[in-house]
Amino acid sequence: MPFACIFVPDFPVEAWLRTEPELRSQALAVLEGKVPLQKVFAVNENARRAGVSSGMTKLQVEDCPGLVLRDRSCSLEAAAHAALLDCAQSFSPKIEDAGPGTILLDLAGLQSLFGPLPKIARDLAKRASALGLESNVAVAANPDTAVLAARGFSGVTVIAEGQEAEQLGSLPVEVLFAEKPGDEEWEQLLENLRRWGVRNFRELAALPDVALSERLGQSGVYLQKLAAGKISRTLAPVDPPLVFEETVELEYALVLLEPLAFLLSQMLQQLCARLGEWSLATQELRLELELQNGWQDDESIPDCVGTGALARPGRAQARQHFSRTLHLPVPLLDYKTFLKLLQLDLKAHPPGAPIRKIHLAAEPVRPRAAQGGLFLPPSPEPEKLELTLARIAGIVGENSVGSLALLDTHGREGFEMRRFAPGEPQEKPDAAGNSDDLVTALRIFRPPAAVTVTLREGKPEFISCAKRQEIRGEILWAAGPWRSSGDWWEQEGWARDEWDIAVQHEAGIGLYRLVRDLLNGRWLVEGTYD
Amino acid sequence: MSSFPLFPAAAERRPMASAALPSSSLIWERLAAVPKLTEVRPASRLEVRPSPEMVSSGIREMDALTGGLPRGCLTEICGAASSGRTSVLLAALAAATQRQEACAMVDVSDAFDPVSAAAAGVDFERLLWVRCGAGRPAAERHKNTAHGASRGYDKEDLAPKGRKSVEQALRVTDLLLQSGGFGLVTIDLGDVPFQTARRVPLTSWFRFQRAVERTATVLFVITPAPCAQTCASLLLKVSAKKLSSVSCQLSANTSLTHAQLLSGFQVQGELLRSRLERKPVGSVTGAFTTKAVRIVG
Repeated sequence: MPFACIFVPDFPVEAWLRTEPELRSQALAVLEGKVPLQKVFAVNENARRAGVSSGMTKLQVEDCPGLVLRDRSCSLEAAAHAALLDCAQSFSPKIEDAGPGTILLDLAGLQSLFGPLPKIARDLAKRASALGLESNVAVAANPDTAVLAARGFSGVTVIAEGQEAEQLGSLPVEVLFAEKPGDEEWEQLLENLRRWGVRNFRELAALPDVALSERLGQSGVYLQKLAAGKISRTLAPVDPPLVFEETVELEYALVLLEPLAFLLSQMLQQLCARLGEWSLATQELRLELELQNGWQDDESIPDCVGTGALARPGRAQARQHFSRTLHLPVPLLDYKTFLKLLQLDLKAHPPGAPIRKIHLAAEPVRPRAAQGGLFLPPSPEPEKLELTLARIAGIVGENSVGSLALLDTHGREGFEMRRFAPGEPQEKPDAAGNSDDLVTALRIFRPPAAVTVTLREGKPEFISCAKRQEIRGEILWAAGPWRSSGDWWEQEGWARDEWDIAVQHEAGIGLYRLVRDLLNGRWLVEGTYD
Repeated sequence: MSSFPLFPAAAERRPMASAALPSSSLIWERLAAVPKLTEVRPASRLEVRPSPEMVSSGIREMDALTGGLPRGCLTEICGAASSGRTSVLLAALAAATQRQEACAMVDVSDAFDPVSAAAAGVDFERLLWVRCGAGRPAAERHKNTAHGASRGYDKEDLAPKGRKSVEQALRVTDLLLQSGGFGLVTIDLGDVPFQTARRVPLTSWFRFQRAVERTATVLFVITPAPCAQTCASLLLKVSAKKLSSVSCQLSANTSLTHAQLLSGFQVQGELLRSRLERKPVGSVTGAFTTKAVRIVG
């Protein structure tokens, strides 16, 4: 039964390079520890060539020319590890989480699906690289051999069954102990082997097993079997929860929306790639920003995110959170659409302070399977419609665009605005126009125009309005009153008399709805019949 | 670039009297061989633009007058206040939504009445209502709150008849037409003063007309007077002709003269321009009657 191992060397460094790929060509070192006792935790190959190694202090390395320093980020490593798990699960349902940056896969039965083992290994490496992680991939007949080969050999390695001892023979013994760095017992074992002059797997495998067990105990025998590739075990499969999240912690607070958009673009690409691995889409995006208080808004900077209290020297800069949730009408998987929607949303609702940390999560759902009909009426594409609605909301305001729903009241303005989400059209015969159903439309004045009305024998005779000059003059014809009232059980009860009146103006005769508020006695023109 | 001489003999500068004129067939042959001229299609072979698909406007008489509303074209309905334009608009919206088409209403003056629309049969689930000038975008609100002082929403500054509403409406219409997929997009400029509506540049109307061309969208505009000029494929003028009312008799012995209700009015429509059919202006009219709606409380 073949097994594969994906191993990401210098995993903390790779986690950073996943979010800042432009640093891949530079020397990068990741620091750990509290200031000022930070030490180098991991370095990439360029930094290693420049003479930087793990364990060096920050003071020792910060003068190294061209070296980029970053603090270790557990959230970035968790996101990278989750991406690696997704990559592995896109190939095999049986995987084992063998540590940060190390995943084991059971490849039994996959050759008929994905091709021969070398091809599967190359595809694994390619898929991991597409997720921003450069990895080593090894395939062997047992899991531990695959792990050791991935740790020891760079690139893609395939070890045929029975060839484990021969192929692993050239690896240095330090590879055996990479799994448990800092373990005292294992450090002692390694020290013993070095003192005996055992440099590689071949030499360790060649030692007599009885003598080895007498001196190093069962741990020594176990190490010898590992070196010979004779350990066989089953995987401890994991079923990781479907969590699609990306987090970025920033060294310097972001003040402008443009660099934020750049980071969001990268995070969204990663999220969409991971969702795509699972053949899923998303219908909800949650953006959480950790903000920093104590900054003054600079109005001269366009698209500034910061507003807040004036900074005071010595004042502790507390952090606060800002979150936005995007609900999409249909499941989507287009990172450009998501980015545009987030940009429009943040422009309409700026965070209010500089940003120190970005957390983006997507709720996974099955993608929609829509098949358009040939004879169905036209309907807007959901992706385009969502962007259009967001842009329109930016022009007229969020509450001024949408569909409406009538409320169960006879009062004025008895409706509410809702999100516009037209359902899928269904085939229906074209209904011919029927003049019997025509109604006289009313055009509402928002707000209603206050008027002065002269009555004669209870009937309006003359009307004048200060704000609308056309509503002035003798009332030629009046019909009414039509009395209505409602909500008397609420604090906002209403009662009114409605009249339909005709007033002569320059262009002709205007028909208006005149209303008298019975509670306060005011006369208003509510609209015009048109 | 071809330097093919049409008249090879001309290069030799032979005297006119002795020049041998080429035959006409030779001339046509040589003209046809010139590359630039071969790209020019003769008028007889120009593609005939297919006539647009017509859909019902929801009013039988209007369909008989105009043939319906053309898809991919701009239709303009003009008329004074209380002429029946909005009734025509609601009928078109009701017909389009009943055809299961997504519709958009760009309400420049924020004058849309949901009750009238519901009575007309508009399906609100398929109607996108954009209220221009009704509120301020959030970004503007946030700018004002930066210093802790909000000017608040001053409705006088954002009078629906203002230019800002018209500018918003033009931008929104651009976005809707670019998005596509709408069966009917209406722009209600009914309450905008004619001086302001007339200032909408012709390039905007032309841009809208080009945007809906070759699409299934009906662009429907209500204006106080013709504004879109030649960009409108169909121009209809409506005017109210006759009021009708219903008298209410309170009791067998008394009847108040004003105790009556508006039951509707008769609207006359006149086809001023139709690019779809050549008809003399003013020659085609039609009339229909509307019915008032009362909420029974």
